[in-house]
Amino acid sequence: MAGILVYAEVADARPAAIALELLSKARELGQVDAVALGPGAREAAAQLGAYGARRVFLNDDPAFAEYLAEPATDCMAALIEREPPDLILFGFTSDGREVAGRLGARLDVGVISNALDISGASGSYEAQVPYFGGARVANYRANNRPAIVLVRPKSFEASESGGQAQMVEIEAAIAERSRRARISERHDEVSDQVKLEDARIVVAGGRGLGGPENFALVEGLASALGGAAGATRAIVDAGWVPYSFQIGQTGKTVRPGVYIAAGISGAMQHTVGMKGAKVIVAINKDAHAPILKLADLGVVGDVTKILPKLTEAVKAKRAS
Amino acid sequence: MKIAVTVKQVPDPNGTPGLDSDNTLMRDREVVLDPGDEYGIEEALQLKEKSGGEVVLVSMGPDKARDAIRKGLSMGADRGVLISDPQLAGADALLTAKALAAAIRSEGAELVICATESYDGSTGMVPPMLAELLGVPQLTFAKQVEVAGQQVTVHRQTEAGYQVLEAELPALVTVTAGIAEPRYASLKGIMAARSKEVKVMTLADLQVEPGRPAESVESIEEAAARAAGEIVEDDGSSGVERIMAALTAAKVI
Repeated sequence: MAGILVYAEVADARPAAIALELLSKARELGQVDAVALGPGAREAAAQLGAYGARRVFLNDDPAFAEYLAEPATDCMAALIEREPPDLILFGFTSDGREVAGRLGARLDVGVISNALDISGASGSYEAQVPYFGGARVANYRANNRPAIVLVRPKSFEASESGGQAQMVEIEAAIAERSRRARISERHDEVSDQVKLEDARIVVAGGRGLGGPENFALVEGLASALGGAAGATRAIVDAGWVPYSFQIGQTGKTVRPGVYIAAGISGAMQHTVGMKGAKVIVAINKDAHAPILKLADLGVVGDVTKILPKLTEAVKAKRAS
Repeated sequence: MKIAVTVKQVPDPNGTPGLDSDNTLMRDREVVLDPGDEYGIEEALQLKEKSGGEVVLVSMGPDKARDAIRKGLSMGADRGVLISDPQLAGADALLTAKALAAAIRSEGAELVICATESYDGSTGMVPPMLAELLGVPQLTFAKQVEVAGQQVTVHRQTEAGYQVLEAELPALVTVTAGIAEPRYASLKGIMAARSKEVKVMTLADLQVEPGRPAESVESIEEAAARAAGEIVEDDGSSGVERIMAALTAAKVI
């Protein structure tokens, strides 16, 4: 019986959060296998079983981490030929999209990208994709086998199944010519703030802050609340803050308990990454800003005046 | 070095887009060169200024998409190729990549530059598909690109920081907005663009079969809307008071 194959990204010998989210959802749709490639794949495999993978196909060849996309594409193509699935799920992450795109072209099947949800059963799958600025949702049907779908992080809740996976060593099957885009250095920015994706409270700033010097107001409030600071693409592109702060289509997806949008207009590029927050508070001087339509509480006012006062009030309340 | 830059005409990000009855984007609304593509054009022009060569813009779209190419030509690109065919209306990423690959192959470009994703579709699928179809490596999310001889080196933006990627040409690079500030077209550039060549090609010219779409839109629904919230006009203290009350209710302070 054909089933579902989850491409499980591995980081620091653990499955990425998105891999566990995909497995949890895939269990509802059919029989699930996972594939884990690169250093740490073996260590990560047990946890993939605990989240629902029946079998984990693995190979820990260092080439998967040394060269971008192509080695993983080769290995996936060889595996699919041997064990053809109906559906392959990837996370809509920078690495996931590289491999999925190449694989979709190599197998000549296409890819449904940026999905928020997936439904269907063996032989017929539909994916829900934000459309028309996120105001609508399109149901895409995959016409080819296997269907390949890229799902946005945090679309599904990760939950353990208590299962145990059978480990299956697979061949790396990397063609010599696929060792081309070599990753020669890795530079990670160290940050002492709470990880943005995991923070219970996120305070994010946009162009409405007026200038890069005012981003400190966002960080001040985030720190007083014990949360993390985020940003829109507009101010990352403008060079105010590094890309690691970016929330939205091309950045991170967050689902905090409280999201405070400071000087953010609410373009789809941004809102697709934050509208799953439980409570949204928006501060904007423009009463017609689209973000106010999403907000549980919208304050029309000057963000540079409100943020310092709010930070003081939070500190005072915390101290009392 | 011959550089091909993929460009796309998209609904104006600052306009109000509409949908046609068949759920495709209304193309008669105001359309512009995808702002994300301007960074790729700028980077290509800077590479050409350093080491010579030619910058060719390759686009797919209706005849009107000439305007987007023309804008890039007025920034300084040398020529344009427009793939235009009624069979391409509503084309998915795979067919788009096939058509672009055929046109770029016929140009014999050594370096292909794309935006990370388009402003309107945002699927980010065309660049990796194009790299696969062209049989070249992909160096993506570049915030810096250097070409020395046959070697291309890219600083790839990642969620944690950046990586340094190296490959030999031919290669495909996707660029982010951080890479370069796009230049404005000068009056001279605009005048010169009028006489630059824009070659129009059909699927038959490129020998690409449209085939069956890889995916089809079954239905379009309104996105689940959040219930309307409370809007407060700040009077100097009411804003902070209401936010403090909301944070307390959410049990985060």
